[in-house]
Amino acid sequence: MTGKIRLAGHLAAALAVATLTLSGALSARSASAEDAPLVVRGAGATFPQPLYARWIQDYAQQHPEVRFEYEGVGSGAGVRRFLEGSVDFGASDAAMNDAELAKVDPDKGVIMLPMTAGMVVLAYNVPGIAGGLRLPRSVYLDIFAGKLRYWDHPRIRDANPDLELPHKAIVTVVRRESSGTTFAFTNHLGAIDPSWADSGPGVGKVVDWPGNAMTARGNEGVAHLVKITDGAIGFMAYEFAHRLELPMAALQNESGAFVPPGAKTGQAALASAEEIPEDLRVYLPDPAGQDAYPIVSYSWLLLYERYAEPKVAAALKGAIGWGLGQGQATAEEMGYIPLPETMTAKARETLARIH
Amino acid sequence: MSNLFRAADATSGISGPPSMAEYAADRIFRSIAIASAFIIILLVAYILWEIGQKAMPAVAEYGLGFITGTTWNVSKGEFSVLPEIWGTLYSSLLALLLGGVFGISIAIFLTQDFIHHRMATIFRTVVEMLAAIPSVVYGLWGIYVLIPLLKPLAGWLHDTLGWFPLFGTDLAGPGMAPAALVLAIMILPTVAAISVDAFRRIPYKVKEAAYGMGTTRWEAILKVMLPTASSGILAALVLGFGRALGETMALAMLIGNSNQISMSLFSPANTLASLLASNFPEAGQVEVQALMYAALVLLAITFLVNVAGLAIQQYTVRKFEGKK
Repeated sequence: MTGKIRLAGHLAAALAVATLTLSGALSARSASAEDAPLVVRGAGATFPQPLYARWIQDYAQQHPEVRFEYEGVGSGAGVRRFLEGSVDFGASDAAMNDAELAKVDPDKGVIMLPMTAGMVVLAYNVPGIAGGLRLPRSVYLDIFAGKLRYWDHPRIRDANPDLELPHKAIVTVVRRESSGTTFAFTNHLGAIDPSWADSGPGVGKVVDWPGNAMTARGNEGVAHLVKITDGAIGFMAYEFAHRLELPMAALQNESGAFVPPGAKTGQAALASAEEIPEDLRVYLPDPAGQDAYPIVSYSWLLLYERYAEPKVAAALKGAIGWGLGQGQATAEEMGYIPLPETMTAKARETLARIH
Repeated sequence: MSNLFRAADATSGISGPPSMAEYAADRIFRSIAIASAFIIILLVAYILWEIGQKAMPAVAEYGLGFITGTTWNVSKGEFSVLPEIWGTLYSSLLALLLGGVFGISIAIFLTQDFIHHRMATIFRTVVEMLAAIPSVVYGLWGIYVLIPLLKPLAGWLHDTLGWFPLFGTDLAGPGMAPAALVLAIMILPTVAAISVDAFRRIPYKVKEAAYGMGTTRWEAILKVMLPTASSGILAALVLGFGRALGETMALAMLIGNSNQISMSLFSPANTLASLLASNFPEAGQVEVQALMYAALVLLAITFLVNVAGLAIQQYTVRKFEGKK
């Protein structure tokens, strides 16, 4: 049974390219009749997509009068579609920067709400290693810079004296399209070593990866490619690695401890944020704390402040309020990090501004 | 007597002059045929014009550097496609080599009296059925069957013959070898079917004459039949190559989408068609222009291959078939 589900997951990942092309044609708005459910459309990050899909499903059972649709197209495309106004809401793992905010239609206004947070994990597929890999900060940075070529490199061996590392080439798997996960990961790497940002691949939603990296579309594409490639390592949201049963590396955090991804370590990382600013844009490029998992990111919903149709605004407010409340338990269950109390309180305040 | 005259007079017979309706039908058919022919030419011209126009800003900005550079970086706005051109040509040539050898062998097997002609029909139908398999299925088959099968072989080749550039890296998963193999299978039906027709077109007398001169079966096939069918076989290879250049889905799934140039059969690479398919859905305006330029490059490659194929074909017609 699980085998079937997993195969279905692979199929879905493999077909993603095909569906993406189709979905463009399908996302055209259709006029809804009086009795048909109200359709609210959104698009963006793939990082929180499994969670949003689950939320939409759960919420639909309680509120059949509204139908939410979410399309995982990557954070960059999510922001772009939001700015074009072709969706009712966008989603991004990197909050919009000031340049992007300047492009928002002033009649509509913009609100960014963190809905969930997640860990960016380094999942790997090394023959003979079922788990327990530990990667020091400088090592995973150099792996993704293309400087360490083999799994039995002394610097990896030294950190893992218990593991029998094979002489296999390291294949890095990265995102091809504009991605908030890439931003969260490279933002972290830039914080570890400034030369990554200045003279290395750079920090951003699209960066200049070394040529031998394999590229894939979406978190699910990266997970799938890691799964079928010997010696591969890739970065993705926890849930995607978990679903394909990929082992995830314990990473060395700022205080020098090796921390595996998990609910506790993720929450510890979020708790390290000192103060939440008014616009809720919080980045944690290198969270402090002994137990903090080093790569975490909030994931934002992009909403308009003023909607043309009051029905859409009301539906969004209802569903998002539900997500910030009841939904957080589901998030934890699925490997995301529930938002800290202070954050949900601030988010609810901001949510009230929508009309 | 009078009956006979009446019969000749009647306009309803078979030999009557054409009616106005028949004239009209004839004219309409003629104009439809002419229109269809011109519409096709117009369509090709329109597609070229449209792509060219959209690509123009990129052509003006990147110029020839687009073809010789190796980076594709959206954030810095640097675009160039040498690795993709390399990957396209390398994978297609490998596929042509494999698919060509197998396709022509199959054609010889099916037409040169190796098996009963009814069996040959069955074989031919099965080979042609390969063409009916959707390319996404080939991609999945490649991922779940072919790659796991190739891994041990590739590992052994890399370990023992690693100094040889073709085996310079290990096959980690997706890469050039599985992509080229699947591509070879995909062009096999095209090559085989057209080659079979080329052999069938040779008059039976030619073979009889060859045997009559005392050739062995192999001499007849290699020295008489193959050269005589060569123009048709070349047409088959050109069509197969064209198909390989443009194949998208299976390659996007199997080639590993890695922006590098490597001689190794086992390292991941990328192709133009795969680049187009995977970057278009969410490309920004500048990237779309660059992608249109890449599409033009792909069109140019296909065009050049077809022209070269045609030239070689005419040369062989003159050389082996004695026509002018």
